[in-house]
Amino acid sequence: MKALWTRRRFLRGFGGGIAAAGLLAACGRLGGSRREIPGRICGADAARAHRLRAGGFPSPSRVERASCVIVGGGIAGLSAAWRLSKAGFEDFVLLELDEASGGNSRGGENAISAYPWGAHYVPLVNPESEAVLRMFQELGVISGFDAAGRPRYHELYLCAEPEERLFLQGAWQSGIVPREGLSLEERDEMARFHEKMAAFGAAKGGDGRWAFAIPVDLSSRDPKILTLDRQSMAQWLDGEGLRSRPLRWYVDYCCRDDFGTPADQVSAWAGIHYFAGRRGQAANAEPNTVLTWPEGNGWLARRLREACGDRVRCDAVVYKVAAESSGRRVEYWDARGDETRALRADQVIYAAPRFTAAYTVDEYQRSRPDALAAFHYAPWLVANLSLPRPPRGKGAPLAWDNVLYESPGLGYVVATHQGLKSVPGPTVLTYYRPLDQEAPVAARRSALARSYAEWQDMTLNDLDRAHPELRAEAERLDVWLWGHGMIRPEPGFLWGPARAAAGRGLSGLHFAHSDMSGMSLFEEAHERGIAAADAVLKSLGKKVPA
Amino acid sequence: MSYLLLLSVFVIATCGLVYELVAGTLASYLLGDSVTQFSTVIGVYLFSMGIGSYLSKYVRGNLVAVFIQVELIIGLVGGFSAALLFASFHYVAGFRALLYSMVALIGTLVGLEIPLLMRILKDRFEFKDLVSKVFTFDYIGALVASLLFPLLLIPRLGLIRTSLLFGIFNVLVALWALHLFRNQLGWPKLLRGAGTLVLILLGLGFAYSGRIQEWSETAAFSERIVFSKSSDYQRIVLTSESDELRLYLNGHLQFSSRDEYRYHEALVHVGLRAVPQPRRVLVLGGGDGLAVREILKYPEVESVTLVDLDPEVTHLFQTQPLLTKLNGGSLSSPKVSVVNADAFIWAKQAAPGYDFVVVDFPDPTNFSLGKLYTTAFYRELERLLAPEGLAVVQSTSPLVARKSFWCVNRSLNSVGFKTLPYHVYVPSFGEWGFILAGKLEPKIAAGRALPADLKFLRESMLQALTEFPPDMAPVETEINQLNNQALVRYYEEEWARYPGGG
Repeated sequence: MKALWTRRRFLRGFGGGIAAAGLLAACGRLGGSRREIPGRICGADAARAHRLRAGGFPSPSRVERASCVIVGGGIAGLSAAWRLSKAGFEDFVLLELDEASGGNSRGGENAISAYPWGAHYVPLVNPESEAVLRMFQELGVISGFDAAGRPRYHELYLCAEPEERLFLQGAWQSGIVPREGLSLEERDEMARFHEKMAAFGAAKGGDGRWAFAIPVDLSSRDPKILTLDRQSMAQWLDGEGLRSRPLRWYVDYCCRDDFGTPADQVSAWAGIHYFAGRRGQAANAEPNTVLTWPEGNGWLARRLREACGDRVRCDAVVYKVAAESSGRRVEYWDARGDETRALRADQVIYAAPRFTAAYTVDEYQRSRPDALAAFHYAPWLVANLSLPRPPRGKGAPLAWDNVLYESPGLGYVVATHQGLKSVPGPTVLTYYRPLDQEAPVAARRSALARSYAEWQDMTLNDLDRAHPELRAEAERLDVWLWGHGMIRPEPGFLWGPARAAAGRGLSGLHFAHSDMSGMSLFEEAHERGIAAADAVLKSLGKKVPA
Repeated sequence: MSYLLLLSVFVIATCGLVYELVAGTLASYLLGDSVTQFSTVIGVYLFSMGIGSYLSKYVRGNLVAVFIQVELIIGLVGGFSAALLFASFHYVAGFRALLYSMVALIGTLVGLEIPLLMRILKDRFEFKDLVSKVFTFDYIGALVASLLFPLLLIPRLGLIRTSLLFGIFNVLVALWALHLFRNQLGWPKLLRGAGTLVLILLGLGFAYSGRIQEWSETAAFSERIVFSKSSDYQRIVLTSESDELRLYLNGHLQFSSRDEYRYHEALVHVGLRAVPQPRRVLVLGGGDGLAVREILKYPEVESVTLVDLDPEVTHLFQTQPLLTKLNGGSLSSPKVSVVNADAFIWAKQAAPGYDFVVVDFPDPTNFSLGKLYTTAFYRELERLLAPEGLAVVQSTSPLVARKSFWCVNRSLNSVGFKTLPYHVYVPSFGEWGFILAGKLEPKIAAGRALPADLKFLRESMLQALTEFPPDMAPVETEINQLNNQALVRYYEEEWARYPGGG
């Protein structure tokens, strides 16, 4: 009951804990030999998606009918399917290319814990994200509202303390804004930057709308604000005289974290949106809290899918969305059964990444729209490491999100963080890294050429600075490559012509994907999925739920 | 051959600096104030090297033999320096004296090395070359040591193994010199034997450094250790000293047999006597069976479920004779079922209907334990409790950790519990606090008579236990939730401030 620490605690930490990694590991490294950590490259076979481009599928052997076909089982597609199901409309089929639905919100599970393979949190919801607020109430994420109208969130889904920490100058500090060892000027700049972001957060445009809203399309169209989209975040910082190294690292980290893209390639509007777009509050949490689950947003993907029963078909590679005299004909290759099939539908919701429509949608085969060529995507590496015990280190204790200062990766999140164990035990770390050292196309090409061993090395080499023990202790390390992990909001994309053009649907065809918002955010995907489902219900003359 | 000897300058220089760094680091860690420790260790070390250099002029006869002997002694003393200092810290009153003597001894011997080597090499080089070469290798060795030490050695080997490893290097230099000069030495076999012996000792030390670590750790207990074991969850240590038994988990005192009855009588009886029909009782934590011993004094209790994480602890308290005598064999009672599970996870899936719940968790010393004091947990507690039931929560010391105590109270209130805080004095712990919680207002004035054989509680005392004098009076606090862990921060702050405590 009483604590008795200092000497003994440190004794253990020093001789025992750290040395446990042991001579073997040290000698192994010095001698150049490598300890084998089992693992593999997971995720959809890139070849499966690339068959789209190659074409040459045989004619479908079977033709079925459905009132509505949803192409793509990421958050947008699942949200649309969930909405249709909730409206009592069951005559639809969702086709997912991968072996499981979820898109970049997929999660996995092993004997230790469930863990994310991609998106892993949702910030407290903005009041204007009405569809998300409604859905969270239905799923029990929100149990009610206080007198001030702030949602009361389920305590187990709010990110538990400690939320974040940063490895800086050989030790962990709490919080990810660099603090330790900063000069007075650096501190000043950091404060000045945060003041500016707070001002943007509170700003409204001449049209009375929030300058930065979620969904993005609810934002003000005031040209004074939209002009920020024409320069990069780095240029904007230069213009403001914000040049100190810790601040620039921090902003760059945030851009890479949310967009998979460095600050010098992200639109300043998007970069500022990261800091100024979130106004969510809670009755029972600080405003900057996030919602998370062991499997990340995989939890949400699963809950959305639960409502859809057996109407979700995986391993279904849609290669053709043809226009017919009435409605649409969707052809797909069932990769598991290795046969092609067709579905006749009155309405189609195209919830796959928008650029893929260039290969599948009939109308685009005659003349490829330039707009789709402006959609650029960031490739990502995500790795999951299983450990027999939590990672160690000096300074602030293990947090949910653990970031390394000036590192090529974005650090790792801890899958067991939301767990309820009173003694820490085995855990899974999910390591994130946008492959942004090269331009996306080149980066994808390099990624395809890399072996599993190289991915493993990239992961461990990055974490080595903070956790030399991982090499000796990791029991398994699996990697997942996202070729088109998320949309890149490059300067000019958000408020330029391409995105506006891509938003328009075709006859009997509704597009819904977060890339059309220019940001890979859960809220964007969900709102677009719901909107598409409502449009389908309306076209089919069904009642649209309130 | 001459250049190979110069290489040995490099090795011994590295070893010499490593010992100095080991001593400085170890002193900083054990004694604190790293500036003072490092500068005094370096000062003593360098001065001793000067003494060694001065003494070198008195060395006559076979210089190589002396050099080899010096290497072997440095290997032995330097190699075991960290282990010896760690282990002696808890035993030796004059730890500083020992520290500086060891630093002086190693420094003196290291001071002998270079002058001796220069004299051995003096006929092989011109003087200006000799000085230049020897010192060049000496300083390169120093650089290598100073870089390897923080970057590689400490993170990967730790102090004890680092010093042992460099002890081995010293001995290897000795054995190698022995090999080179085998024809010029009087007693090569004797020296070789001694060298091999030292090498084996250091090797064994390296192989068993884990044991050394453990042993120096258990030395932290001033009493005789009668049982110690590392379970999957914690280190369990049972000590005994003139009829007093003490249990430590991870170094935290759980009870002393001398006054545990005060703690457990207060924990159990204040609430249990006030429950109208206490048939089903739940104990969360408390694997020592001491709370269960008190609960079994109520014949109307039909079943007790004890949920404790660690099977090693519950097994120990079911089988160890000293301990079963202390808990009256409570854990073997047919009324008692023992469940080994993590309490929060168990509670989430447990069926409700408990008339009395004892929540006796370790103090919230970290974020993992802190979860057991959050509103999320108390909601489960509320669900498990029968409508007229009561729960009691051990809530650390309201005197030392006043905010922590009232934070637990506020968190219980915030999920709808009516609470009644009280406190008792337990000499081993100090002033200790508990909180009684129920869906209805807990009342302690009413209730049945206390069991007859209590050593501490009397009905007439009960009212006074609920009085909180000004130094323990309620304070404003946050509500402890998973997403703020306010309690862990209060607790850390308050116990850190407590003189000699924490």
